[in-house]
Amino acid sequence: MQRFSIGLLLITLAGLPLVAGEYFVNLGSQILIAAIFAASLNLLVGFAGLTSLGHASYLGLSAYFCAWLSSKMGLGHAVTAPAALLLTTVVGMVFGWIALRATGLGFLMLTLALSQIVWGLAYRWVSVTNGDNGISGLSRPSPFGIDLGVSNHFYWFALIATTLCVLLMARLIHSPYGASLRGTRDQHRRMSALGFNVWGIRWVAFVVASFFAAVAGLLYVYFHKYIHPSVMSVTVSAEALLSVIAGGAGTIMGPLLGALLVVVLKNYVSAFIERWNMLLGIVFLVIVIFMPAGIKPGIDALLGRLRRGQS
Amino acid sequence: MQIWVIQTLNSLSLGGLLFMLASGFALIFGLMRIANLTHGALFMVGAYLAATVSRAGYGLLLAALAATLLVALFGGVVERLILRRLSGNAQGQVLATLGLSFVAADSCLMVWGGDPIPIEAPRIFQMPLRMFGLAFPTYRLFVLAVAIVVAIGLYVLIERTRLGATIRAGVDDMQMARAVGIPASRLFTTVFCLGAGLAGLGGALGGPILNAYPGLDADMLPLALIVVILGGVGSLVGTFISSFIIGFIYTFGIALVPDLAYVILFLPMVVVIAFKPEGLFSRSAT
Amino acid sequence: MTTPALEVRGLRKSYGGVTVTQDVSLTVMPGERRLIIGPNGAGKTTLFNQIAGEIIPDAGTIKVFGQDLTRQPVSARAHAGVGRTYQIITLFPRDTLLHNVAMAMLGVSRKRFEFFNSLKPQDALYQQAHDVLHSVGLSHCVGMKASEISYGEQRRVEIAMAMAQSPRLLLLDEPFAGLSHDERLIVRDLIASLPREVTIVMIEHDMDVALAFAEKILVLHYGQLIVEGDRETVVAHPRTREVYLGA
Repeated sequence: MQRFSIGLLLITLAGLPLVAGEYFVNLGSQILIAAIFAASLNLLVGFAGLTSLGHASYLGLSAYFCAWLSSKMGLGHAVTAPAALLLTTVVGMVFGWIALRATGLGFLMLTLALSQIVWGLAYRWVSVTNGDNGISGLSRPSPFGIDLGVSNHFYWFALIATTLCVLLMARLIHSPYGASLRGTRDQHRRMSALGFNVWGIRWVAFVVASFFAAVAGLLYVYFHKYIHPSVMSVTVSAEALLSVIAGGAGTIMGPLLGALLVVVLKNYVSAFIERWNMLLGIVFLVIVIFMPAGIKPGIDALLGRLRRGQS
Repeated sequence: MQIWVIQTLNSLSLGGLLFMLASGFALIFGLMRIANLTHGALFMVGAYLAATVSRAGYGLLLAALAATLLVALFGGVVERLILRRLSGNAQGQVLATLGLSFVAADSCLMVWGGDPIPIEAPRIFQMPLRMFGLAFPTYRLFVLAVAIVVAIGLYVLIERTRLGATIRAGVDDMQMARAVGIPASRLFTTVFCLGAGLAGLGGALGGPILNAYPGLDADMLPLALIVVILGGVGSLVGTFISSFIIGFIYTFGIALVPDLAYVILFLPMVVVIAFKPEGLFSRSAT
Repeated sequence: MTTPALEVRGLRKSYGGVTVTQDVSLTVMPGERRLIIGPNGAGKTTLFNQIAGEIIPDAGTIKVFGQDLTRQPVSARAHAGVGRTYQIITLFPRDTLLHNVAMAMLGVSRKRFEFFNSLKPQDALYQQAHDVLHSVGLSHCVGMKASEISYGEQRRVEIAMAMAQSPRLLLLDEPFAGLSHDERLIVRDLIASLPREVTIVMIEHDMDVALAFAEKILVLHYGQLIVEGDRETVVAHPRTREVYLGA
């Protein structure tokens, strides 16, 4: 039954370009990229129980590696894509090792500090990154000769990528490793006593999360054909975190819905007010204080209280 | 030689500012287990407030006092209205402070605009001090002096006063402290105000050196985090020493290898984390 | 000479100025049922946690079936054949009993390194978990969440999880804590029915039920072993009375 509804969802999503104009198709692509990114963060936040504030680093690093290798080294997409993924994952291994020297709040602070350092580097190391000007004039790949410059084509490409990523992550979650990951989230002391290498399990989750964030980064740089240091800011990490929390951490679909909400909100709000950051902050506060389990459980609880109030 | 003098004093004054910023953060984290991500924004608000008050003709010193008090007050409001509701939910509190930092930063942008606002040092500190044939930037000496006074003041507060004793008890074991009757809620508000005030003071005094500009919060917060991670949370001495270590590394790093200054900061933190995750001086684990 | 199941030599642990474990030595032979008792603050939990690996001693050695585990991480214990239960119940609250026991079995199985195979309910792992739960008399609630069953039943699940790993040495941390009278009897019978291949070391504060179980008893007081012997010896010993009645 579940397979059927997923299939139906995919068909519906694939049909979007046939009914909607270019603006919505492009919005759809952005949502898909944000969805992969949020899902990758959820591996850490929802399933490993590790809240990271530095996840944007991996999206940004992957994008920058790709941009740098193609614009400064003149390499083709067949080389830059796997290279970017590999290099970013290696950074994820190192950063993961550093950050996991602590847990809880210490881990959070380390991920934030590391992320801000990378962000600062992107601004200051002008000879490599062009600093505040960013790297522009990038191209989209042409897999099997298909021109991804066409919005519809890019959308379907992103949809395929998102589907693959989500399926892989779901596979991981449902595997014995995934069960042990959730175990470390719920009772890490007990897990050690049962013979599990808790640190190793967490580190693997970190590396896998950085890999999928890197995939999102590639799609990001292909979509925008431009990269700027702001993509590695805390704001971007916070948007992903908001997607995960609002949609419901610890579920597969949650972050995807959360990403949809955040991107749509951002797009519509930007048309009316300039203060996206402030709105993001306010939404964060509201969700954290009033709906910590996510919007859906939060609304259910609210409605429950209203109903009880009435009777 | 003159350049070394300038850079050394720059390092020392930056270290002093970092100490004011980081000590507040460490106090809040040590006692309340809250990683206050609004701290960089509090510093920035302090700088902006000082800019406005000093331009209104009241001089920097008065402006710094006003900024400190206002930011401390703001901190108290935040603690009572928001953080208190989330007590027991450490992650929620951190995320709330994150949300607040965005609101605060954007508010500053709204009120003061996008251009950096330069702040003038008080007239008496504008002439360099000439000794041994060298010129010492006087304002930087002043900032260093204030930082030392603050450090001594904090030390006395924590080690020699009743309030300090309750803070130490709370840091060691909050449950036990409550059990012996220490009023946790008043203590938390007091400490949060103190921590916020210190950040505001740092921002205000830092004005003539750093200016008030959008993004000051994002520049300062990671430095505070690195200082606290390096020095360890439970130790005032640790925070003091690592503030100056980072001050030196950052200043000389920017002077010698400007592109890679951030990476230079990175290295001691990584080395310390690798071998002593609790920080160089800490008593309690993170 | 048979290798002792557990051999502790000269164990010492201090916190600040306080010595919590003072030069403790003990030997437990395979198949024994050993009880360590002592009033609150005697250092039973610290001693226990050093044997279980959660605390690293300042001095001394801990050997399990000849293997030196003194400075090994906690996770090495399970692979050395040591199982333990906790005084405060630490099950996976949102998961079924079946899943709880399956996790225990996963901990010592190669399967835990599988990243892409789906862990299905039909898996052999879950079937074995079923059997383990049956042996502790909990077949009727295998599908319930750990948070939904009674405290006594949770205690039995704990023991089931430890036994699921087929340990050679089982460490029980105050297994009767917080149980009602009837629940105590059920758990007591369960522990008594465990096979002789499993050596059991138990710490307990409550004397009544524990004394019946033990063959050899150690009394701990202020971190030191003060009395050692069988039931009659220990109960009759003047120092035992002093320590318990004085406390």
